[in-house]
Amino acid sequence: MIKSLWTRLKQHHRTIAFPKQEPRLPEKFRGLPSIVQSRCPKHCSECVTSCPTDAITMKDKQPHWDLGRCLFCPECSRACPHGAVLFTDDYRMATRTRDNLVIGPKEYGLAQPLEDQRRKLFGKSFKLRVVSAGGCNGCEVETNVLETIVFDIGRFGIGVVASPRHADGLIITGPVTHNMKSALEKTYRAVPDPKVVIAVGACAISGGPYIDSPVANNGVGNLLSVDLYIPGCPPHPLTILDGLLRLLGRRYSTSRR
Amino acid sequence: MIPTIKNSKWLPLCDVPVLDPSSWRQVIVQNVREGDRIAALFGCTHNASVPVRLYALLARDGQGTLSVLCTDVEKDYPSLTPECPQAHWFEREIFEQWNIIPQGHQWLKPIRFHAPYASSTKTSPPIGEADFFQLLGNEIHEVAVGPVHAGVIEPGHFRFQCHGEDVYHLEISLGYQHRAIEHSLIGGPNKRTLPYMETLAGDTTVGHTTAYCQLVESLAGCTVSSPLLRLRAIALECERLANHIGDLGALAGDVGFLPTASFCGRIRGDFLNLTAELCGSRLGRGFIRPGGVAFELDTSAFHGICERLTSVSHDARSAIDLLWNTASVVARFENTGTLSQAAARDLGLVGLAARASGVKIDVRKDFPCGAYADEPFPVQWGEKGDVYSRAYLRWLEILQSIHFIIDKQERFVPNAVQTQIGNLQPSSLAVSLVEGWRGEICHVGLTDDQGKFAHYKIIDPSFHNWFGLAMAMRNQLISDFPLCNKSFNLSYCGHDL
Repeated sequence: MIKSLWTRLKQHHRTIAFPKQEPRLPEKFRGLPSIVQSRCPKHCSECVTSCPTDAITMKDKQPHWDLGRCLFCPECSRACPHGAVLFTDDYRMATRTRDNLVIGPKEYGLAQPLEDQRRKLFGKSFKLRVVSAGGCNGCEVETNVLETIVFDIGRFGIGVVASPRHADGLIITGPVTHNMKSALEKTYRAVPDPKVVIAVGACAISGGPYIDSPVANNGVGNLLSVDLYIPGCPPHPLTILDGLLRLLGRRYSTSRR
Repeated sequence: MIPTIKNSKWLPLCDVPVLDPSSWRQVIVQNVREGDRIAALFGCTHNASVPVRLYALLARDGQGTLSVLCTDVEKDYPSLTPECPQAHWFEREIFEQWNIIPQGHQWLKPIRFHAPYASSTKTSPPIGEADFFQLLGNEIHEVAVGPVHAGVIEPGHFRFQCHGEDVYHLEISLGYQHRAIEHSLIGGPNKRTLPYMETLAGDTTVGHTTAYCQLVESLAGCTVSSPLLRLRAIALECERLANHIGDLGALAGDVGFLPTASFCGRIRGDFLNLTAELCGSRLGRGFIRPGGVAFELDTSAFHGICERLTSVSHDARSAIDLLWNTASVVARFENTGTLSQAAARDLGLVGLAARASGVKIDVRKDFPCGAYADEPFPVQWGEKGDVYSRAYLRWLEILQSIHFIIDKQERFVPNAVQTQIGNLQPSSLAVSLVEGWRGEICHVGLTDDQGKFAHYKIIDPSFHNWFGLAMAMRNQLISDFPLCNKSFNLSYCGHDL
C-alpha cells in the first residue's frame, strides 16, 4: 500500500492543461495543410499527382485540398519542387459538414456547436459508443488515449460506454467494410434518439486509403447522417478532443493563441 | 533440390521447383517434423497456364534460411493439416480464396468471409454465419460475443462453449475488417501501395512498412546506408515499446489494478510521442520509405529523444515494479491461460507468444536484417506460457529495446540521404521478415515479367497466433478471457487484411 502511494507520488500529475493552455506538439507534426501562394507557380501539378488518395485537385489554377481524403502523409510536400506545400502545426480541423473539409479560397469552417436541443441534452454529459467498422485500428488507438490520465475526457463529462443503449452517440472509424455494415446499422438503431454520429479518420469520412475498395464502403457518410467530421490518418488525440469540445459548444476560438 | 533463400533476398521464379502435390506435401511434412516452421503457404494464379499454384515457404530458424517450393493444383489436394497442425489456418485461407479443397482438412470454414478470387459466380457466405463447433449436453451453454465489443477495440466474433464458468472451447471467427488489401496490391507498386502497408495493422505501421521496403529494395537491388537502417530499427523498437507498455497497463487494468493501468496509459503516450519526434506521426506514418526513411534526424534531436527515453524508462520501471510486487496481481497472472511449448510449436506460433512458451525464435536473431545484422541479438524467452510469462517477457523486451536505442547514440550519424529505388526484378519471388512487436511479419512478393506485383502475400503474426489464444482458453474461467486475450493482444485488421 505504501509502495503504491510512493509510486503514485513519483509519477506526478500528468493531465495536460488543455484547453486552457495550448499543447506542445512535435516539431515534425503534420496538421492543417497550407499552400504558400507566393511560391506556388499555379501551372505545375506535382502535388496533385503525388497524392495517394487524390485529395488535391486543381480548380481555377488553385490547388483545393480535401482533408476528408487526406492521409497527412508527407508525399505532396516532398513532391513539390517549390516548397509551397506545408503542413502547419494547427491540430484543429474538425468540421460539421463534409464540404467544410475542403481547403480552398474560403476560410476553413471549423465545427460549430450542436443545435440547442441536443446541446442542452449532451453539453454536460456526453456518452459515446465506438464502432470500429474496418480500418487499421489507428483511429481506435488515438481515440482510446483520450481516456488516459493525459487527456482525461471524463473531466469534460465525455466518456465511452459499453452498450449503444447507454450512449448518446456513435464514434465511427473505418471505411465500413461490407462485413461490418449490418453490425454498424444495428448498433446505430440501438442508440436512443436524439443521437450524434461522429466520423473519425479519413476512412470513416471518405474511405481513406481504401477509397473505391470492392469490399468496403467509401466511409459512413452515405449510410448515416454525420454530425462531426474529424480528419486525419489517424487524427491526433487533440484533434479529436478539440472537435468534441467544439461540438458541445465548449470551445469557440478560431485563433490559436 | 529445394532452393533456400535468406531474409530480404529474391530468387527467379523459374528456380522454384514445381513438385507434384503429393511430394510437395511430403517435403513440407518432413521438413516441419525436422523443426521447420511454415512461414507462408498460399495460392496464386500468376501463370495463366495453371489454375492455382500453391507456394510454401518453410523457415529454418537455426540457419536463417527459408526453403521455397510450389505445386500446381486444380480442384483439390491432400491436406497437410492432419499431420501438420500449423497449416490449419493457411489451408482454410487457400480454400476460401481459391475454392481449392484440401482433402482431409476437418474444419474447412471461411476465415474472412469474402467471395473467392477465382470464380465470379460463387458469393461469400454471410459474415459470422458458419458451422460453429458446438458442445452438446444438458448443462452446456454457449456464449457469443461480438462483433461489436464493449471497449474501443476492433470487431471480431467469439463463441465460447461453457460448462458453468469453465470454457471447454473457444471458436474465433474474424473477417469483419476485411479490406481486400492483398488483392489491391496486384499490379503495384504504385502510389497507393505505401498507405496500404502503413494501414495493414495501424499499431504495427513501422513493422509492416519496413517489411515491404526490405522486399522492394531487394528486388530493386538497392542498398540502404546503415545510418538509415539504424533509424528504421529505432522506429521499430519505439513501436515495440509503446505497444508493450500499453499491454502491461491493460493487463493491470484487466485484473483491476488501477495504479499501473493508469501510469502505463500515460507512458505509452510518451513512447508514441517519441515516434512522432522522428516523423511527426505517433504511429510512425510517413517515416519508412523504400530506399531509406522520409525524414532526417540530426544528432541533437536524437540525443533529445534518448534523454526523454531515459526519463520515461524510469517512470516505466516504477510503474511496472509495482505490478510484480503486488501479490494479488501476480496470483491472477500465474497459471492463467497456459499454452505449452509443444502446443506453441505444433500450432506454429510466432513472436512474443511463442517465446513466452519457451520457443526461442526471433527474426532479429534468426533472420537478422538491417541494423540487426550488425551484432548478434540476444533473444529472451519465458518458460510456462501463462499470462505471467507473456507479461514478464514484455517487460524484458521493453528493457532490451530501451538499451538498443540508447546504445545507438555513440554511432549515430546524421544527414543520411534516402536512395532512389529503381525497377523491380521481373518474374521473381522475394521474401521479407521483420520481428514486429507481436512477432514475425512475413511479406512475400511475386513479380510479373514487367516487374510489377503479380501477387503479394502478407502474413501478420496474428494470423499464426489467433488459434493459440483459442487453445490457451481451454479449461479457463470465462471471466479470464479479457486477461488471456490481452496477454496475446492480436490484431484483427492484420489478420483480416
